Amino acid sequence: MVTMRAMTADEKMEYFMERIESGDKIQADDWMPEEYRQTLIKLISMHGISEIMGALPEKEWVPKAPSLYRKLGIMAKVQDEMGHGQLLLRVAEDLMKPYGKTRGDIMQDLFNEDLKFHNVFHMETKTWADAGLIGWLVDGAAIITQTNMLDASYGPYAKALQRICAEEVFHAQHGESIIMALAEGTKEQQAMVQDALNRWWPALLMFFGPPSKATTGASKQEATIKYRIRKNTNEELRQSFLDKYIPRILSLSLTIPDDTLHFDQEKKHWVYQQPDWTEFKNIIKNNGPKSQARLNLRRSSYENNAWVREALSAVVE
Amino acid sequence: MSNIERMMSAEEKKALEALIFQLADDDFLFSYRGSEWLGLAPHIEEDVASSSITQDSMGHAAMYYKLLEDLGLGKADDLAHLRPAQERKNSVLTERVNGDGYYMDTPQYDWAYTVVRSYFYTQAKRAKINSLRESSYEPLRDIAVKVSMELYYHVMHWKLWFEQLLSSTEEAKSKMVSALKLVVDDMGDLFSYGEQKELIERFDLIDSEEKIQNNWLEALRPTFEKLKLDLPIIPEPKLNGRNGQHTDELQTAIDTLSEVYRLDTATNW
Repeated sequence: MVTMRAMTADEKMEYFMERIESGDKIQADDWMPEEYRQTLIKLISMHGISEIMGALPEKEWVPKAPSLYRKLGIMAKVQDEMGHGQLLLRVAEDLMKPYGKTRGDIMQDLFNEDLKFHNVFHMETKTWADAGLIGWLVDGAAIITQTNMLDASYGPYAKALQRICAEEVFHAQHGESIIMALAEGTKEQQAMVQDALNRWWPALLMFFGPPSKATTGASKQEATIKYRIRKNTNEELRQSFLDKYIPRILSLSLTIPDDTLHFDQEKKHWVYQQPDWTEFKNIIKNNGPKSQARLNLRRSSYENNAWVREALSAVVE
Repeated sequence: MSNIERMMSAEEKKALEALIFQLADDDFLFSYRGSEWLGLAPHIEEDVASSSITQDSMGHAAMYYKLLEDLGLGKADDLAHLRPAQERKNSVLTERVNGDGYYMDTPQYDWAYTVVRSYFYTQAKRAKINSLRESSYEPLRDIAVKVSMELYYHVMHWKLWFEQLLSSTEEAKSKMVSALKLVVDDMGDLFSYGEQKELIERFDLIDSEEKIQNNWLEALRPTFEKLKLDLPIIPEPKLNGRNGQHTDELQTAIDTLSEVYRLDTATNW
């Protein structure tokens, strides 16, 4: 048996890399390099908090969902997202234990704007079609990035992702069903979907992050690939998304708002109009269309309910 | 022979419809108020748990509206979304806002109020559901069996919150006591069957108002004794929702609930 105490720092690192390269899973109490722990904390707390912030744009449409059936569907969907947030924050909390940090710190980091949430959840929703489009294409994009990490070297994250991905498949079906009803519906309903697609398209391209560090000055993809947390680059994931969804979008007689979009047969990839990466940088600095409004909603509800959390910790058994 | 096929007198049908509208509208509004909390509950675990209850309650409302559709009263979705406030039969308690502010802005909802309302409402619903298991109308008996399985957990959930917040900090207790007053003030019509009381009771669709209310009080008694609280005294209703009398808070809720549906009520959404 290898005992970690007897090893030098270099040997520990070498043994760690051997483990993850052979497909072994790292557990919460195992030794791990500081960079790995930090990368995971950042990735998983951002993922968890994005699930929770991601509930906000959709919850706007829960009471307004246009039938009893749709009301039930979207309620279940938003509840799942909160459940994913819970699951992920627990994984992050375990990783933060050596620093004496808890979920309360994650929340404070969000409120102080040190911890960011996913760029797609800074966007505004305007119509019911947005609720469908989020389920169909945003969750569809999430399935692509998350299945890419199903074999992540960190065991607890991989395990959480298995459950999350299974539920995301239902979400994408829920979204697709809303979109199909609209696309097959009246002229007004069809226009509603087209308008939603026009508004969300750049955000969907941005979803996967910049192609490289050169685009925006920062990207975490190198570290996450080195440590076998994910397999593919941002651009590879974006191409998978385009492969999967462009035919489906076109089959609903929708128009993708990009005249330059085409498949390059020689290079075997999609050529598309780059989204505005300066705008992306603004969004992830919490200067997107709804960034501050959603943060304020979270902050104010957290403060408004502080007495409840205090009361629960004071309950005498 | 099923009840739907059985010949029903005009009076019996009138009583039945009145009762089902009360049950449907109660759960529809209760669920709506719960759904406004989505993403904003005091902690994430509670968000997941209470949104389960909210979903179940919407599911129950949907079953009742479907029953009304089967009775020939129109499409379930029309009944849920299009009836104006004065035609609604929900109790005033279920239509009340969760606190200040609109759910789309930054509302200051009151968790104490939500706990008291939800505990009292789900416990009252349980008294009704227990009675509906013996209803003379078979489809209601069937629904009661399905609902009671879920309701067991709803009552347990809200009772735990009720007991915990009343056994905790002074701030929590004081908020709960204020919430208790607000909730009890609105309870005048919760056990009422409104204008159709005599018919509803005559056809054995459900136990009498008095019996349901008494069963509700008996269910609360152990909790109230444990917390050294006096059992609530239900006031006379200022408004009776069962007769279509409501606060303005109801019409605002209906406007939100039907905003998209009203764009086109003939199409498939």
